[in-house]
Amino acid sequence: MKLTEQQIERYSRQIILEEVGGAGQEKLLTSKVLIVGAGGLGAPAALYLAAAGVGTIGIIDSDKVDLTNLQRQVIHHTEDVGVDKVVSAQNKMRAINPDVTIRTYRTRVNAENISEIIREYDFVLDGTDNFPAKFLVNDACYFEKVPFSHAGILRFDGQLITVIPEETTCYRCIFHSPPSAGVVPSCSQAGVLGVLAGVIGSLQATEAIKYLLGIGDLLTDKLLTYNALTMEFRKIHLNRNPNCLLCGRNPKITVLKDEEQVICHLKGDK
Amino acid sequence: MKLVLNGKQINCSASLTVSELLIEQKVKMPEMVSVELNGQILRRHEFDSTILKEDDQVELLYFMGGGN
Repeated sequence: MKLTEQQIERYSRQIILEEVGGAGQEKLLTSKVLIVGAGGLGAPAALYLAAAGVGTIGIIDSDKVDLTNLQRQVIHHTEDVGVDKVVSAQNKMRAINPDVTIRTYRTRVNAENISEIIREYDFVLDGTDNFPAKFLVNDACYFEKVPFSHAGILRFDGQLITVIPEETTCYRCIFHSPPSAGVVPSCSQAGVLGVLAGVIGSLQATEAIKYLLGIGDLLTDKLLTYNALTMEFRKIHLNRNPNCLLCGRNPKITVLKDEEQVICHLKGDK
Repeated sequence: MKLVLNGKQINCSASLTVSELLIEQKVKMPEMVSVELNGQILRRHEFDSTILKEDDQVELLYFMGGGN
């Protein structure tokens, strides 16, 4: 593809970067990124990826915008309360950058529908809010060989890792399988600092852009953890786990399956 | 005994198992922790039988399910 004059002007601040250039911008415009979840992590990622001119952005979410979302899900505005999140997100991305083709999926991902969606994309961003979905994204990306960025947030903490299936440490290498019911609080119960979602979601978008451009060092085999109170970032070096249920030497998971949804309670809750 | 826990040197009792370290470090919900010992992720059933040595590098990795 050839950049138009308007595109050269719009993207000039990144085209000027030696690592991007006109060729990199063209690459972004022909790339496809899927964002699973139009929530706290998905919101900043969608805005930045659209602004950067990622040519096709898919966004999956089955929910409608709720008043409690607005504290952190910056892609949704007050007037969007009650609107489908994918529609709200699509409107904002289009307003930022009409160059971008937006594909919306108003659905919850499950083992039946996720594979055919993700195989259309070059990179996937996990912005889901529960363990079964996070394991599902990991497993589906592994079977379809699509690289992805995993992230999780809670209270003042966030973490992320980039996974190149069959090559680098996957989410199951670290966490095996979802925790049993009742041990891990969710954001709605434990709370989350709004800007934390912005920090971590923006880092995921950074990884997507680096992957698409083939520049820099990806956050592979490293879990980046961040605490907003101490302002400490740590990179924890990891190795692929030979006992991994999915990508280890003797995998136990050979077909895509849904993990059971656990109902989380804070300690002391009934 | 000294070991490096999440990047910081700490003093702990000698010959602790991983399970005992989690108790000594007051980890409230051990089920939400994955443990990496000297670069290798342990299996949960190894927590009770794995005895820590001087200068071991231990990382406690926490389940974080949020995103919405």
